[in-house]
Formats: sequence, structure tokens, C-alpha cells
Amino acid sequence: MTQPFYVSPEQLMKDRADFARKGISRGRSVAVVLYDDGILFVAENPSQALHKISEIYDRIGFAAVGRYNEFENLRIAGVRLADLRGYSYDRRDVTARGLANAYAQTLGTIFSSGGEKPYEVEIFVGELGDDASQDQVYRLMYDGSVADVQGYGVMGGQNEQVEAYLSEHYRAGLPLAEAIRVAVTALGQDATPPRTVESSALEVAILTRSRTQPRKFRRVSDADVSAALSS
Amino acid sequence: MLPDGTRLSETSSFADYLAVRAPELLPSARATDGGSLVGVTHGTTIVAATFDGGVVMAGDRRATMGNVIAQRDIQKVFPTDEYSCVGIAGTAGLAVEMTRLFQVELEHYEKIEGTVLSTDGKANRLAALIRNNLGMAMQGLAVVPLFAAYDLDAGVGRIFAFDVTGNRNEERAFHSVGSGSTFARGSLKKLYSEGMSETDAVTAAIQALYDAADDDTATGGPDLARRIFPMVGAITANGYRAYSEDETAAIADQVIAARMGRPDGPSAPLT
Repeated sequence: MTQPFYVSPEQLMKDRADFARKGISRGRSVAVVLYDDGILFVAENPSQALHKISEIYDRIGFAAVGRYNEFENLRIAGVRLADLRGYSYDRRDVTARGLANAYAQTLGTIFSSGGEKPYEVEIFVGELGDDASQDQVYRLMYDGSVADVQGYGVMGGQNEQVEAYLSEHYRAGLPLAEAIRVAVTALGQDATPPRTVESSALEVAILTRSRTQPRKFRRVSDADVSAALSS
Repeated sequence: MLPDGTRLSETSSFADYLAVRAPELLPSARATDGGSLVGVTHGTTIVAATFDGGVVMAGDRRATMGNVIAQRDIQKVFPTDEYSCVGIAGTAGLAVEMTRLFQVELEHYEKIEGTVLSTDGKANRLAALIRNNLGMAMQGLAVVPLFAAYDLDAGVGRIFAFDVTGNRNEERAFHSVGSGSTFARGSLKKLYSEGMSETDAVTAAIQALYDAADDDTATGGPDLARRIFPMVGAITANGYRAYSEDETAAIADQVIAARMGRPDGPSAPLT
């Protein structure tokens, strides 16, 4: 009988983290930018049907990078959790914090359990506040760690280059068109020389206070994105 | 931690999910051991009429508890998504909860599937929810909603009526449910004409509710002292719009002014 090789827990976790990181960096980046009237999500996604950005609840949006089937699974679970909570209590009792906690627990458990492979995903959960100072965005990593996003955030792909561009060009209180422009230009910084990302290859959505309905999530059409980019 | 089962993606129906995860939250889970309940609030009359480019729904504001008025300003017309609404008659507690479940059902499907249900799909889901309530209906706690929607594919307003077994009937022009519905329907029959404008359809609906309140004790008429008037919602290609208190008051005031001269309301030509 052969003895299994001993692998130290440090090495095991490192291997799993490397595996997850590699999977996440394969795709294109997703950016989130807080603008004057809400939260903007921008993803490079040529597909019209398979979304990287979605609505979870009245004021809560979701964006993800990595493996589609894995983050889709998490998205549906989030919608169910939110709808169940809102139905049993009240719509106001559904918060991004609660949702981010549930995601963190789930991702953390999967990451450290021996059986399953870690999820190769990263997630933004954004919640629109009553005013810009109350907007919240959480970034969830493959291992279940959570970070607060201040102003802007990028995950997936070559996120460092994209983030570097945003850190230079972002300022608080951007109007929507300018925020779209900055975010889209930033997404093109993952190559040298920088690429120009066409509006048809973009998935753009916002959580906006200017919507009068209770559901604040809105997808921005290609035409509106083109208009913002050329303005 | 996301609860077990939330990560399985076999259903887009919130009601089905609820039946597995939290069955006690379903409206039909409250079966009693029979015996007549006292002190149950009932909603009364709802009318709906299609017009050129959409559909309107209106409800009186009275809720009764036996011979007592339980509430003078109850809301009985609820938007269920951007292009549909439900008016409730029957046991108020169950009806409001069913409407809430139906609202989440539609939104849940929309979010999970990334597309809205067809108008017929929505009506069928509501029929299923009503059918689930059959046990309660047999004990006298019936819920009979009226469903109205703007069909984006067909470009018309549509009205669906149901019975307690979930049988679904589509009405082409107008319909009414609740205790005063007999009178409201008779009234609408004489006032309704095809291709009327939105304002005319709202006026006809308010006239019909006036007639219902005139002959049915459980239906509330316009309350002039408290300025409480029917609740009106209209759905067009632009989505659902609830009429403001002032808008309905203006139309109701016209109707009442005309009734001062002729209390039975406008007369229809004989031939």
C-alpha cells in the first residue's frame, strides 16, 4: 500500500489560492465606479444573453468575474436569499451587507473544504444608498474574504493596470457619461498599447437614484453607452 | 452562509422555492380546523376596463368585517410588476398576502431568467396561487382577484378573472369582482364602448363603483367629508401608473356633481 504524500496546510491553501487566481485572471476585467447619482458596473462581455452584471434586489446589484457556472450559481442563490428575506420581513430589510456575509461564508467554506475545488470567481455586491455617501460596494474574493470598495474597484483579468488607470483618473462625484468613459478607457489598459473597447462588446448597468420605481437597477443600452463614449 | 438548496437552480418560481424552503410562509399554509371565523376583514368591489392603448383598474376603499366597516381607505389595487396589476376581493388578509407573493413571483422569475413572463404566463401563475388556496376557500376564506395587464407583444390591455378553483377567464372589454360586482358590471355594460379614451374609461369605472356602492352595502361610495375616493391604476405601453388622490378626486367630483341632477347616473339611449 502506498502512503499518500504529506502536504502541509500552508502549501495546500497556497495551491488552492493559486489555482483560483489563475482562473480569475484568465477573463476580462469588470469595473465598478461610484458616480454622482449611483453605482456604475462595466464589464467587457460580447454575449447579450449571459450576463456578468445583474440585479439582485431593489437597490442591490451584482457583478462577477471568473467561471460562469459558478458565479451564476451564486447569483441565483443571492436572488433567492434576497427575495425570501424581503418576502418574510420587509423589502427594506434586504441589505448588501447581509448578502455579502452569506457569499463570504459560502465561498470561504468551499475554499477551505477538502472535497470541492475552490470557486474561481470574484464578486462585487453594490447597494445604492439614499445619497452618495451611503453607497456601498463589497468585493468578495474566491476564499471568502471581503473588502470595502472606496470610489472604484476592478477585479479579474489584468486588474492592476486597469486599477492604476482608474486611480489616476477617478474623482468623486463624476457624472454618469464621464464615469462610463473613464471606466471603459480603463478596461482597455490591460494591453500595451491600450485597446479601444467597442460599445457593442460592453455590458453596462447602473443602480441609480434617479429611477422613480423601487427597483433601481437599469441596464444601459449600447446606444447610450456609445453616446457617453463619444461625448 | 447561503442556506442549503439555494444553490440548486431547478426552478425559477419563487412560490415553488418557498414551498420547499419555507412552506409555512405560503398563504395556503394557514388551514384552520373549520368552524366559522368571526372578525375577518373582506374587501369588496373591483372593476377593470380596457381602453384604446391600455387597461384601467379601480377599486372602492371599503373593507368590511361582518356588518362593521373595518377600514375606510384600504388599498385594493396593487401593481404586480411594471405592466400588470391585481385588484383583490374577498378575505383581505389572504388576498394581500397572495398579491405580495405574486409580486415576488413575477420579479423573481424576471431576475433569475433575465426576461419577463408572458401575460398568459403571469395569469397562469396567479391561477395556480389561487388554486392552492382552495382549502381555505372551502372554509369560507375565498380570495378572488382580478388581474389586468398590458400585453407588450399584442399591444393591448387584457383582463383576467378567476374563480376559487383557479379557473381563468379572459375578459375582452370589462369585468368586475366582489360583492358589488353585479351592479358594477351592469353599469359598465351600459357605459363602456370600444376604443374609449383612458379618461373615459376611468370615468366609466368610477361611475360603476358609484352604482355598486349605491346598491351594495359592503361597497364604499365616495366619502366627501373625508375626501376618500376610489383607487385607480392605468397600464399602458409606458407601464403602470397609479392615479394620484387629486386626479381621482377631480373625476369623482364631476361624477358626483352630475348625480346631484340625476342620482341614478347617466342614462343610455333606448335603441
